[in-house]
Amino acid sequence: MVARAGRRAIGAVNPRARVRLPDQVRRGETFVVRTLISHRMESGLHRDASGERIPRDIVTRFVCRFEGDTVFAVDLDTAIAANPYFEFHMRATRSGRLAFEWTETTGRVTRLERWLEVGA
Amino acid sequence: MIDRARRRTTAPLDEGCPNSRRRRSLLKGFAGALAAGTPASAVIATIGRARPQVVVLGGGAGGATVARQLAREADGRLDVTLIEPKQRYTSCFYSNLYLGGYRDWSSITHAYDDIARDAPLERIPRRALAVEPDRRRVILEAGVSLHYDRLVVAPGIDILHEGIPGYAARHEHRAPHAWRGGEQLRTFKRQLERLRDGSTVVIVAPPDPSRCPPGPYERASLIARLFQRRRHRRSRVVILDTKSSFAKQSLFMAAWERYYPGAIEWYPPEVHGGILRLDVKRGEVYTDLDVFRGELLNPIPPQSAAAIAFASGLADESGFCPVEAGNMRSSKARDVYVLGDAAIAGDMPKSAFAANSQARVVAQAIRHDLLDDAIPDAVYANTCWSLLADDDAVKVGARYGPRAGTIRTIESFLSKPGEPAAVRRATYRQSVDWYTSITREMFGPPA
Repeated sequence: MVARAGRRAIGAVNPRARVRLPDQVRRGETFVVRTLISHRMESGLHRDASGERIPRDIVTRFVCRFEGDTVFAVDLDTAIAANPYFEFHMRATRSGRLAFEWTETTGRVTRLERWLEVGA
Repeated sequence: MIDRARRRTTAPLDEGCPNSRRRRSLLKGFAGALAAGTPASAVIATIGRARPQVVVLGGGAGGATVARQLAREADGRLDVTLIEPKQRYTSCFYSNLYLGGYRDWSSITHAYDDIARDAPLERIPRRALAVEPDRRRVILEAGVSLHYDRLVVAPGIDILHEGIPGYAARHEHRAPHAWRGGEQLRTFKRQLERLRDGSTVVIVAPPDPSRCPPGPYERASLIARLFQRRRHRRSRVVILDTKSSFAKQSLFMAAWERYYPGAIEWYPPEVHGGILRLDVKRGEVYTDLDVFRGELLNPIPPQSAAAIAFASGLADESGFCPVEAGNMRSSKARDVYVLGDAAIAGDMPKSAFAANSQARVVAQAIRHDLLDDAIPDAVYANTCWSLLADDDAVKVGARYGPRAGTIRTIESFLSKPGEPAAVRRATYRQSVDWYTSITREMFGPPA
């Protein structure tokens, strides 16, 4: 993505995603997953210094999948504040891959993967 | 000045003996008169007078104000001494404007040279080590001690580096907190100016109670403005907060969205899950959520009253000094007043404005104590201005009074979101005028 001058471009270039999982969980145990993406969440309702409307630029969907199965998904809209943070609970009966995906209005998708270690 | 300090050391410390006090006053009278070239008749007039001694520790917004105010208002009936080891004072207040390029170094730096020119006080440029309230004396470095009838302790804060694991005083050069004015501000400013586009500055914001509660957020705003001015498009400021909310939050957040969209990220403990440690060398802050990296770290640790408050038994387990609400008199020691950031002042925040306001109350209380002057009831005031962007400042403030043993807000005010630009500009001008007036009160009018 090409950075443009002025307020439009700031922060829109490099959103960063973060995920926190327990190091290890027991089979069937409920645990917390915490996720954060740094994103300006421009609603599209603001105008810039020259009076021009600033285009909407938000994260529209966040999904977490375990080995391909959706465990948590949310659609985001204009009223969501900058830097959306989600915390949710889940259970797993085996170890596996957790995939996190944030989709933006621009079509850009940010992906993160984490291995979930499930003990006995 | 050092000579006069030395003479005091050698003078007897036995305050029970009126003769010794009179002798000292006499000596001081002569020394002062001869130095100033006063006619001999003026010297004679001071003979036999034993003026009460007021000693003030610390020449900041509280201490310098109380010393000068007492010296001017007591009309020669008090002997006022200010203990301040530094030759120059670089104000912590307005230092964010220096960092953001709105003020230069000299405009926030003030020499103590002229502090006594229009206020008859003596400044001793030494460090105070401890107070002995039972003997009513202050121990200064190099074994000097000083008798007082009333003591004002205004030492400011100490930085508790250990409050952020991994941070220590030896890291201040690489990762300055820049929260006590002085040289660290220059270091921090140089580091900010070296940053290239795409850099991240990570600020760790301190828990309450701390000096200048809106300060970290004003700092973030003005760093973002600095980036903008330097044509950075991708540089960011990340604030990892130890608090869940902060002063003037809605005003700051509206300004961030308006002026610096995406350039300032604020994360409360509910998001980052707790700050675990700092790795200064690698520029990393470990939180429970994840590692935050920055080209520049600005860890602002928790704070306490300065060490002398502990050495003198004036602080309690909270780390600050309990005082009586009506006059800032120490709850721990007789004949001692504590004011400014070191004191527990109820609803009042730790700010230069608050310290300056408390100083006026203390000056009155001491005049009442020692000179029997009639004084009005204590009323305190505070205003904290924050600059959000060019010509856009907001303020929060209140009047306070003693209520049920503590200092409580009587009425307060706060800038509103969406105020017209003219209002914000006027607020900024007001803050600039305030800076001029408080620094004149502290250091005297410019030569």
